[in-house]
Amino acid sequence: MNMRRYFALFSARNREFLRDRTALAWNIILPVLLVIGFAFALSTDDVDLFKVGVVNVTESGNSLPFLQTEHIQFIPINEPQAAITKVERHQLDMLFDPNSQSYWINERSANGYILEKLLQASAHNLQKKAVTGEALRYVDWLIPGILGMNIMFSSLFGVGYVIVRYRKNGVLKRLKATPLTAFEFLTAQITSRLWLIVLVTSCVYFGTNLFVGFRMYGSYLNLLLVLIIGTTSMISVGLLVAARMSSEEAANGLLNLISWPMMLLSGVWFSLEGSHPIAIALSKLLPLTHMIDAARAIMIDGATLMDISPQLVTLIAMSIIFLLISARSFRWE
Amino acid sequence: MLEITDLKKEFRDVKAVDGVSFSIAQGCCFGLLGPNGAGKTTTVEMLEGIIAPTSGEIRYKNRPLGSHFRNEVGIMFQHTALQEFITVREILTLFKNFYEQSKPIEELVKNCALEEFLDRDTRNLSGGQRQRLLLAIALINDPNIIFLDEPTTGLDPQSRRNFWDLLKKLKSQKKTIILTTHYMEEAHELCDELAIMDHGRIIAQGTPRALLAEHFNSAIITLPADDIPDAVREIDGSEVVRTENRAEILSRHIEQTIQSLIAQQIPLNRLQVRSRTLEDLFIKLTGHELRT
Repeated sequence: MNMRRYFALFSARNREFLRDRTALAWNIILPVLLVIGFAFALSTDDVDLFKVGVVNVTESGNSLPFLQTEHIQFIPINEPQAAITKVERHQLDMLFDPNSQSYWINERSANGYILEKLLQASAHNLQKKAVTGEALRYVDWLIPGILGMNIMFSSLFGVGYVIVRYRKNGVLKRLKATPLTAFEFLTAQITSRLWLIVLVTSCVYFGTNLFVGFRMYGSYLNLLLVLIIGTTSMISVGLLVAARMSSEEAANGLLNLISWPMMLLSGVWFSLEGSHPIAIALSKLLPLTHMIDAARAIMIDGATLMDISPQLVTLIAMSIIFLLISARSFRWE
Repeated sequence: MLEITDLKKEFRDVKAVDGVSFSIAQGCCFGLLGPNGAGKTTTVEMLEGIIAPTSGEIRYKNRPLGSHFRNEVGIMFQHTALQEFITVREILTLFKNFYEQSKPIEELVKNCALEEFLDRDTRNLSGGQRQRLLLAIALINDPNIIFLDEPTTGLDPQSRRNFWDLLKKLKSQKKTIILTTHYMEEAHELCDELAIMDHGRIIAQGTPRALLAEHFNSAIITLPADDIPDAVREIDGSEVVRTENRAEILSRHIEQTIQSLIAQQIPLNRLQVRSRTLEDLFIKLTGHELRT
């Protein structure tokens, strides 16, 4: 690869992106508005149902009057340690273990205080284990989804659609008439969009973080790695669409056909837990699902690289497969 | 410099180019003419290495087209968009970086008269400015061989003349130029040799002078139709062809024809005599009116 040719095209593509004020604003303003909007619109905890995790619930345990209380959702728990973390994050209001006669509440949770009074009224000699931690808000859960969705649109349309437009209006034909190789061209397109997405996403994240203050229990380096690998996989999908198409209308349709199911099935807005098995199976075929899962695991659960290795391996495999197919099938004209 | 042998290109059932052979010498300005759909652009794009021929051979400096050709060729396509949100200076720098050897940008800016819009976004150029920029891009690698596909289509007469001046400068530098055009005046002004294509084949080839001499031995005398009585169908053995308000007489011996007109007391004060042009030749050979 000739680096001079590569850098010339890389830098030209960056200028095109940064000077297109409308597209740039769209890339930044949309996610910022969504994050700020959700942070303030859902700033009050309006869930009126109490959630209590019950460890290894048994027949005898079920007979406890507390477990018959109405308007409380009792959730069976098999992994107490993970459930304690949820109490810390206010995702569970209380964790109750009838076998050891112990309960965990978050001392900062008003719901936890009320549940404790209810529990003490129906049982005695219980062992209290207090935990502390800030509540996990919907916006903390949502931010990886919104940024992931923005990355998906920027990758698919910023690479896929642009290359199809280049092909249709003759830019690719003009470039083909120079010594530039297809490999140099594609590498410049991928890396330019990749670094611009990393830049824009980081700005949006840290900018909105100043106002919203996201919970972040993992490593920023790991998050950056997920961002880079996830974005590469998304760009490779864009390249796959752009490899041969020359109709902007058809490309637009196909890109929408790919992006809308990804937005709905990849857990951007809501968790797919409990969804139909077919929906869950389909979601696993989409790179956005793995990227958002990995980012949420890092931010909310403090997951390590080892914890998110299945998602990373999947994203890398998808990137390699899509890039190989698009590189082999790429046509200038 | 460029040898083309039995070149063919088929698109599904359509034979766009059907066995074209010719050669172009170093320093020659070669014009490829033909009506729309004649196969000019397909032929030129095969010569440029943009599309692959179905069969036939193209050799540049006795070698098949390859990376050496890419570095030595300059191309100005008929329809080319450029990257947007980039200035003229930046687009020149971009293309300069694609080549191992290149001309100084300042020289191209001066030669192609780009000074006044050098820092303008490529989206905001007029037709003439855009064509001059595309020519500058085609020349950025100081090419040996330059392809110009209808370079002045859509330009006003003044911009076209200015563009011709630029091409004449290139000719004076002994660059080899392959030009396709709809304008016969342009071909006459610039080309050393012409090939006229129709239905994917070359139907005539030679210098403009030789082609005209080969196909015509007469001039055209034109008069207002009102000046020749309707009863006069023939002058000096030549038919009087009436078109709207003009009447045309083909004449092999102009003095003799004029004597006949005087003898029939036809007024000559609005008489025009013109030689046959490439446009006449084109229409005679292809049967097409020129279309843009």
